[in-house]
Amino acid sequence: MIEKNLVIIGGGPAGLAAAVAAVDEGERDILILERDAVLGGILNQCIHNGFGLHTFKEELTGPEYSARYVRQVEERKIEAKLDTMVIDLSKERVVTAINETDGLIQIQAKAVILAMGCRERPRGALNIPGARPAGIFSAGTAQRFVNIEGYMPGREIVILGSGDIGLIMARRLTLEGAKVRMVCEIMPYSGGLKRNIVQCLDDYGIPLRLSHTVTKIHGKDRVEGVSVAAVDENRLPIPGTEEFVPCDTLLLSVGLIPENELSRKAGVAISQKTQGAVVDESLETSVPGIFAAGNVLHVHDLVDHVSTEAELAGKNAVRFIRGLDKGPAVVMVETGFGVRYTVPSTIHPAAATSITTIRFRTDNVYKDAYLTVLLDGERVQHLKKRILTPGEMEEVLIPAKWLLTRPGLQKITIRVDKE
Amino acid sequence: MHDILIIGAGVIGASVARALSAYAAKTIVIEKNHDVCEETSKANSGIVHAGYDAHPGTNKAHYNLRGSRMMAAFCREHQIPYRNNGSLVLGFAEEDLPKLEALRDQGTKNGVEGLVILSAAEAKRLEPNLNGEVKFALLAPTGGIVDPFELTIAQAEVAAINGVEFAFDTKVESIRPIAGGYRVSTTRGVYEAKVVVNCAGVRADELNNMVSSRKLSITPRKGEYCLFDKQVGALVDHTIFQLPTQYGKGVLVTPTAEGNLLIGPTAVDIEDKEDVSTTAEGLAEVVRKAKRSVLAVPTGFVITAFAGLRATERGGDFVIGEAPDAPGFYNAAGIESPGLTSAPAIGDDLAAQIAQALRLTIKTTPMRKRPPVVRFEPLSFEDKAAAIRRDPAYGKIVCRCELVTAAEILDAIRRPLGATTVDGIKRRTRAGSGRCQGGFCSPRVMHLLAGELGLDPLAIAKYDKQSTILVGFDKDDL
Ligand SMILES: Cc1cc2nc3c(=O)[nH]c(=O)nc-3n(C[C@H](O)[C@H](O)[C@H](O)COP(=O)(O)OP(=O)(O)OC[C@H]3O[C@@H](n4cnc5c(N)ncnc54)[C@H](O)[C@@H]3O)c2cc1C
Ligand SMILES: Cc1cc2nc3c(=O)[nH]c(=O)nc-3n(C[C@H](O)[C@H](O)[C@H](O)COP(=O)(O)OP(=O)(O)OC[C@H]3O[C@@H](n4cnc5c(N)ncnc54)[C@H](O)[C@@H]3O)c2cc1C
Repeated sequence: MIEKNLVIIGGGPAGLAAAVAAVDEGERDILILERDAVLGGILNQCIHNGFGLHTFKEELTGPEYSARYVRQVEERKIEAKLDTMVIDLSKERVVTAINETDGLIQIQAKAVILAMGCRERPRGALNIPGARPAGIFSAGTAQRFVNIEGYMPGREIVILGSGDIGLIMARRLTLEGAKVRMVCEIMPYSGGLKRNIVQCLDDYGIPLRLSHTVTKIHGKDRVEGVSVAAVDENRLPIPGTEEFVPCDTLLLSVGLIPENELSRKAGVAISQKTQGAVVDESLETSVPGIFAAGNVLHVHDLVDHVSTEAELAGKNAVRFIRGLDKGPAVVMVETGFGVRYTVPSTIHPAAATSITTIRFRTDNVYKDAYLTVLLDGERVQHLKKRILTPGEMEEVLIPAKWLLTRPGLQKITIRVDKE
Repeated sequence: MHDILIIGAGVIGASVARALSAYAAKTIVIEKNHDVCEETSKANSGIVHAGYDAHPGTNKAHYNLRGSRMMAAFCREHQIPYRNNGSLVLGFAEEDLPKLEALRDQGTKNGVEGLVILSAAEAKRLEPNLNGEVKFALLAPTGGIVDPFELTIAQAEVAAINGVEFAFDTKVESIRPIAGGYRVSTTRGVYEAKVVVNCAGVRADELNNMVSSRKLSITPRKGEYCLFDKQVGALVDHTIFQLPTQYGKGVLVTPTAEGNLLIGPTAVDIEDKEDVSTTAEGLAEVVRKAKRSVLAVPTGFVITAFAGLRATERGGDFVIGEAPDAPGFYNAAGIESPGLTSAPAIGDDLAAQIAQALRLTIKTTPMRKRPPVVRFEPLSFEDKAAAIRRDPAYGKIVCRCELVTAAEILDAIRRPLGATTVDGIKRRTRAGSGRCQGGFCSPRVMHLLAGELGLDPLAIAKYDKQSTILVGFDKDDL
């Protein structure tokens, strides 16, 4: 068995930023395990721009953004094993991985950071009825074909789901010569960023059909079309609104699920809402010494947030290796009206940094509403927001002094107020 | 001239071919699809029925029991995933008790062993997630689950290794009697054979009716299913059936031999023998009915849905054996449920009948076995390490959900009757059958297929020549 102070599972933006931060915190004995042949994670196939506005104050493409982190990793001479898939993780932090050259390796780690990213939900998740021909792709798979391999998955395309990947792919496929007939979204609002709707659909005249879904897939060998219908407030198709849309390809952009097989094997508690680990302010999971950051923790829309989150995990993993004591007091973070989840869900005041960022998503679209923070019922923040939407992650900042000046604090509530 | 021509490479045709490959004879299987196991044998419940359902004295009762008794040893011999998990039939009201007793008595008469009726409490001790409304349950300890793909593929492989020819993409269009046999015209030329075996699934009536005046009539009866993530695969351990109620025939809730959870099927007679589409009503019905059996149906974990067609013959029973007015023309027709369970026994019987008619002799050389099928995922760490030392391609994961390695994919392509399509890989290795349904592995699988078969990735298809996946290069149409 090999011994390592810190093992990072996944070499995407989260894993890379965590590794860099851990070195900068003084830790040298680090190993990144990445199943792909290159570092950078899913960003390698995101060749559009718009990355890094927060982190680097410039607009980069996905590969450019990840290249900056790869360079930092190389400068710090951090060890990374590529083409290496982690297949098991125990709660004692034994990491089991395989690759073609080393065979099966086992590593006893003092701390582990989970940075495995997420996967796309398949058709079954929606149970779309109809035939099962060729020509049905998840948007990310199509993105890989087009952007990395140079192949077109289809010529006439309907996209179901208005998540960011679907929106980005609507534009990409148009630029590569396909006809994107429409993007259907079952909810009355888009799941993607506003800027992507403008830049990827509006600019190309691609219709976005809100409150519409695909009710049937047609075709024997290849998709020949889909039935599209309007849905009511319970998301059920409205009879009589069904329309046949000819196409040879259906792209699904119907959500991402954190990739937590390994976390489950280690006994890490998983949140039903995020499908990611339940963590505290240090991004430590329910299993001591196992931390999580990035899309494996909760699905992010902006990689910049992934990087900052992962830096925190990297620093705290190093503190854990050195014997960090978080103290006995724990404050719960409660989701009030309009808030679907928060990360973290608990805070140890004694371990909190000068500012703790609580990230969350709302459960609906709220216009001209207020974001309210309560400390044991006492309102400490009431911020007017022009728009809050599930498609865009929100955050509130909790200064350490709020916590330290209130010994015995039980809970922090985040909620949306209409006024 | 061939000695024997088998029409259809579903589980029945494969089983007949497997059993015949023990004899010194020139045998060929003709299949209209591009691979084995492309029709009903790939879309069913995968249950090894204990044998209490069919009326005593019927072919169904006979072959079901024999198949069920053979299955464990048969699956061990041919490396087919199988588990003897037992089954329960649930009753929901007092008046269901006599019905369960009748089922038990019928089963006992058929020769099924160990049938007992359990109280609600006893049933719930076995299956804690049963719905609270359950009043009684009939326990059939001999019930089991089998991987239907492997049950078909394994037998076809054994047949091929032992000398049976296979012709794919070849559809039988007409059959005419000639001196000493039949002339079979297909989309790819004419074949002659002394004996024809009709294993054509939902189309077996059409083929029979070309040569026999004893007309058969098969109505496809569609059954729809939802398949769930392995994460909820242990919701139940037994296969849970329902007694038919005033709401109609029930659905089953079962683990699969591969550890997923499966619910279904519906039962709707349709006209189109090609229509395996799922419907919104069907999928909703399956979920609604399954809720009677278990406390909660984990609908958030559905990973795919599918439908299969039962070959329901008017007479209600399997039609097996030589057509009375067409010597040398053998039927395995109307093979609806429990056809999967019965397949090994049906194959053995038909082969024996044909061998007798043609005076075939058993080959003197021993039957060759399937080359080993290695599944990486279930191996211990030691065995995984050893596998990678032996062949580094075991160190390369292609399908992350089911942990399928490049070595397994390459083996599936290189085996006898190897895979040539993405679906073929999926059925042989499970790559693409996990929770992301091929989102991650399909590009990788396509490259492995293209490399091994010497094809351009653009030529790689989902399941037949027409169902290609990619349409061209970026900017082709600009
Ligand atoms: C298809 C897609 C498109 C996106 N487009 C955009 C966009 O346009 N703009 C934007 O800001 N954000 C986008 N995002 C979100 C963006 O990807 C994330 O913000 C960011 O990449 C997440 O970083 P991560 O490191 O958490 O995950 P990832 O980038 O997914 O990295 C996870 C890494 O872990 C590796 N891994 C996983 N499991 C194992 C294992 N068992 N063993 C070894 N290695 C493993 C993976 O190979 C991968 O390299 C997109 C996400 C997806 C899925
Ligand atoms: C919903 C459902 C659930 C079931 N559940 C179970 C169960 O749990 N347990 C059980 O024991 N059984 C079950 N069955 C029954 C079982 O699946 C079938 O009995 C079995 O698969 C039939 O196999 P087959 O080979 O006869 O048919 P198929 O698998 O349909 O094979 C017939 C083959 O013949 C080929 N063919 C047809 N016409 C021609 C032609 N003209 N030329 C060339 N080739 C041709 C077809 O392409 C096809 O490949 C179920 C069936 C259904 C539909």
